[in-house]
Amino acid sequence: MDDIAARRLGADELEQNFADIHVPLDRKRALIEASRCYFCYDAPCLQACPTGIDIPGFIRKIATDNVKGAATTILSENVMGGACARVCPVEILCEAACVREAQESKPVQIGALQRYATDWLFEQKLQPFTRAKATGKRIAVVGAGPAGLACAHRLALRGHDVTAFEARPKAGGLNEYGVAAYKVPNDFAQAEVAFILDIGGIRIEHGKALGGDITLAKLRQDFDAVFLGMGLAGVKALALEGEDMAGVMDAVAYIERLRQAKDKGALEIGRRVVVIGGGNTAIDIAVQARRLGAEDVTIVYRRGPEQMSATWHEQELAQTTGVSIKHWARPARLIGQKGRLKEVEFEYTQLDEQGRLMTTGDRFTLLADMLFKAIGQNFVASPLGNGIAGPPERELLELSGGRIAINADRKTSLANVWAGGDCVPGDDLTVSAVQDGKVAAEAIDRALRV
Amino acid sequence: MAELRTTFAGIKSPNPFWLASAPPTDKAYNVVRAFKAGWGGVVWKTLGEDGPPIVNTASRYGALEVGGMRMVGFTNIELITDRPLQVNLDEIKQVKRDWPDRALVVSLMVPCVEDSWKTILKKVEETNADGVELNFGCPHGMSERGMGAAVGQVPDYVEMVTRWCKQHTRMPVLVKLTPNVTSILGPARAAKRGGADGVSLINTVNSIIGVDLERMAPQPVVAGKGTHGGYCGPAVKPIALNMVAEISRDPECAGLPISGIGGIATWQDAAEFHALGATTVQVCTAAMHYGFKIIDDMVDGLSNWLDAKGHAGVTGILGRAVPNVTDWQHLDLNYKTVALIDQEACIKCGLCHIACEDTSHQAIAAKKAGSERRYEVIDADCVGCNLCMYACPVTDCISMVEVATGKGPLTWLEHPNNPLRQTAK
Repeated sequence: MDDIAARRLGADELEQNFADIHVPLDRKRALIEASRCYFCYDAPCLQACPTGIDIPGFIRKIATDNVKGAATTILSENVMGGACARVCPVEILCEAACVREAQESKPVQIGALQRYATDWLFEQKLQPFTRAKATGKRIAVVGAGPAGLACAHRLALRGHDVTAFEARPKAGGLNEYGVAAYKVPNDFAQAEVAFILDIGGIRIEHGKALGGDITLAKLRQDFDAVFLGMGLAGVKALALEGEDMAGVMDAVAYIERLRQAKDKGALEIGRRVVVIGGGNTAIDIAVQARRLGAEDVTIVYRRGPEQMSATWHEQELAQTTGVSIKHWARPARLIGQKGRLKEVEFEYTQLDEQGRLMTTGDRFTLLADMLFKAIGQNFVASPLGNGIAGPPERELLELSGGRIAINADRKTSLANVWAGGDCVPGDDLTVSAVQDGKVAAEAIDRALRV
Repeated sequence: MAELRTTFAGIKSPNPFWLASAPPTDKAYNVVRAFKAGWGGVVWKTLGEDGPPIVNTASRYGALEVGGMRMVGFTNIELITDRPLQVNLDEIKQVKRDWPDRALVVSLMVPCVEDSWKTILKKVEETNADGVELNFGCPHGMSERGMGAAVGQVPDYVEMVTRWCKQHTRMPVLVKLTPNVTSILGPARAAKRGGADGVSLINTVNSIIGVDLERMAPQPVVAGKGTHGGYCGPAVKPIALNMVAEISRDPECAGLPISGIGGIATWQDAAEFHALGATTVQVCTAAMHYGFKIIDDMVDGLSNWLDAKGHAGVTGILGRAVPNVTDWQHLDLNYKTVALIDQEACIKCGLCHIACEDTSHQAIAAKKAGSERRYEVIDADCVGCNLCMYACPVTDCISMVEVATGKGPLTWLEHPNNPLRQTAK
C-alpha cells in the first residue's frame, strides 16, 4: 500500500469508526440522570450557557416525562439545541458550572439530556413553534450556517419573511461541512435544517455568495434588514517553503470532503500524519485521520496543553484515539522528495522572560506523508465591497480585530445591517453563533416595528 | 458483643427482628428461609376460620416511587391467607418443632363471635406456637366483612375480643393495632383493659397509592377498577413512631409491651423504635423489596452500634427517648438556633436561599463575591426553622447552631402571650 492511500480500513471498521461517538440516553438512564439535577436557584449552568437555556427547567421536565415541554424549553432559546447537544464543549460551559462538578467532580450530563429531549421531538416529528402574523417585512440573511439559520428562524417566528443566501449546496454551515463526522452522524445537520425551515417563511437560495451574485449594497436596498453570518473563508498558511507540495493539506478542506463523502474509504490518508495546530480543528482532523486508518498521527502545537483552544475533553479524545500530542514545537522546514512531502523539521519553542514565544534552537524531525494545517481561519472582508456599502450613503462597515464589529444587539456600523457567528469577534462556537443570530433577530424585529 | 436476645410478652427470640404477618410469612417455605437467614421470629400470616379458603385478586400491590427511589411507600389489597387452615396449622407445628429457639406467633382474624375465637385458639395451641396476634388492623377487604380494622377502630370490640382470647388460651395474646383511628390510645387502652400481653403497631394505613392516568383507576388496578389498600414501607415510619410514642408515654398503657412496626428497613430504624419503647420490631416491606438477607446487617449493625455506645443490649436503649417526647406546650420558647453555612462545603446551588426567600423568612442572602455566588445567613432574621438545612443537598453543609439568649427556659404555659398562662404564685 502506498504511503498515501484510500481504503486503509475495511468498510465495517470505517462504519464503526464514524458512527455516533456517544450512546444516546434511553428513557431509564435519562430519568436517573435528570434526577441528579438539584434544580439550583439562579443556576450556574444556565448562566454558563451562551444561549441561556433554562437547563434546570428542561431537566425537571424530563424527570416528569414532559419531554415535549423539555425540548420546547431548549429550542425556544437555542433552535439548534440538537446540534449543540452533540457539539457543544459542555466540559467548559454548562457542565463545568454544574454544582455537582464542585461537589463530586461528576456534573449532570446536561448535553446528553438535551440530546434526549431534542431527539425525542425530532423522532415524534413535532413542531412546537407557530409563526406570528405576517409583518410584510423582508430580511436578507447571508450564510445559512448556525448564526444565519438561528436568525432566520427567530425572524420567521416573529412573522417576517427571510431570504437566506448560501454559497454552498447545503445549509447548516459547519454542522454540515466542518464538525467531526462521528459527532453528527446520520445526516443530523440536514434533519435540523429541515426542522428549522419547517416553520415556514424562510427561503434559501443556494450558490449565492457575497461579492459574486449578491452585494451588500444591493441587499441593503432590496431588503428591510440584512444579517451577515458568512463565517470564516480564509485559512491561515504556515508560510514555509514547499507548502504547495503534495501531501501538505488544509484541514478544513479535507474535513469538508470527509463530511460529504458517502464512502469514507474513498478518502486517501497518509500512513504517517502530522497535524499543526492546537484547536478543535486540529483534534478533529487528527482523530478522523486515525479513524481512516493512519498509523501514526501526531499533533504538534507551539505552546503547552493549557494554551490549546481544544478543550481537555477533546485532547483526551485525541489521546484515547491513539493520537500523540507534542507541545512546544513549531514547523521550521518541509522536506520533500519529487514534489511529495516526506519529513517535517520542527524547532522547539519556549517562552522568554517577557512571556513571548521563541525558539530554543534545538530541532527534531518527524516522518510525514501528510501534513494538515489547522492553525486557524480568518475572516475575509473583501466580498463586503471593501467595507463600502455604496449609495446613497457612503458608510463604512467597521471591523474589529479583523472581523465585523458589532454592538450588544449584534448590530454593525451600518444602519440596517446586523452580523453574527464566526465572522464577528468572540468564541467560534455553534452555540455562540446561535445566540448571535437570535439576539440580532430580536433587535431587527424591534427595529422594524418602530 | 451486645445482647440481642429478647423476651417480649413472655416470648423469647434470639434477636428483636421479627417478620410481620404478611406474604413473607404465608407458608413454611418462606418462614424456613427467613429463619435460615437469621430472623429472630415471625408472625405467621393471618389465619381465618376453617371453611372455603379466601380468594385473592390478581394485582395486589402498588408502590410509590420518589425521585427514582423505588418502593418508598407500598400498598397491598391482599387478604388473609388463602390456604386451607389445616395446611397452615400443620406447617406451623412442623416449623416450630424444627426451630424451637425462634419466636413463632400466629396472626388470627375470625368474626366477632366468641366461639369462633375459642375454636381457632384451641387449634393454634396444638401447634405449640409461642403466641397469637389478633389482627384488628387490616383496612381493606376483611374490614368490609366486619373483621380487621372494623374491629380495631372500636375500642369496645378490641377489649371484648381480647378478653375472650385471654380466657380461652394460655398463649400470650398480642393485639395488632390499626393506625386508621383518630387516637391510637383508644384501642391501645382497650387492649390493655382486655388483658393483652402486648400490642403490635402499626398495621397498614388506609390509602390510594396512586392513580393510573391511562386507565383512570386507582392502583393497583384489577380489571379496570381499584380499591383502597394498606399503606406501608419507609414512608409510614413517622406515623408509626408517633403512635408507638403515644402509647409509651401514656400512663394508662404503662407496662404494656410494644412490638414496633412501620417502615423499618435498617437497624437505625429499629433503634429509633426501641428508643421509643418498642421491645421488638416487625419488618415486612423491606424484606419484600430486598429479600431476607437484610437481616444480616440489621443484627450486625444494631449490635455494633450498641457496643460503640456502650450498651450491653437492646434494654440499654429501650424507651430512652420516651421522657423527651412531650407536648408542644412544654417546649422551651426561649431556645434559639440559627443556620450556619459552611462556605467551604457549599456548592453554590442556591437551594437554601430560594427555599427561605420564597417560602420562609427571607433570612439567606444571595450575594456575589466577584463572579462567585455566595449565600449568607442573616442571623437577625433566621428563626432557626431548619428548612435550609434540609433543602441543602450537601451533607453537613448547613448546621443549626445554638445561640445563647441569656434567658431561662420559657414554655407556652408561662408565656406572656398566653391568655391562660400559669402565673407564678
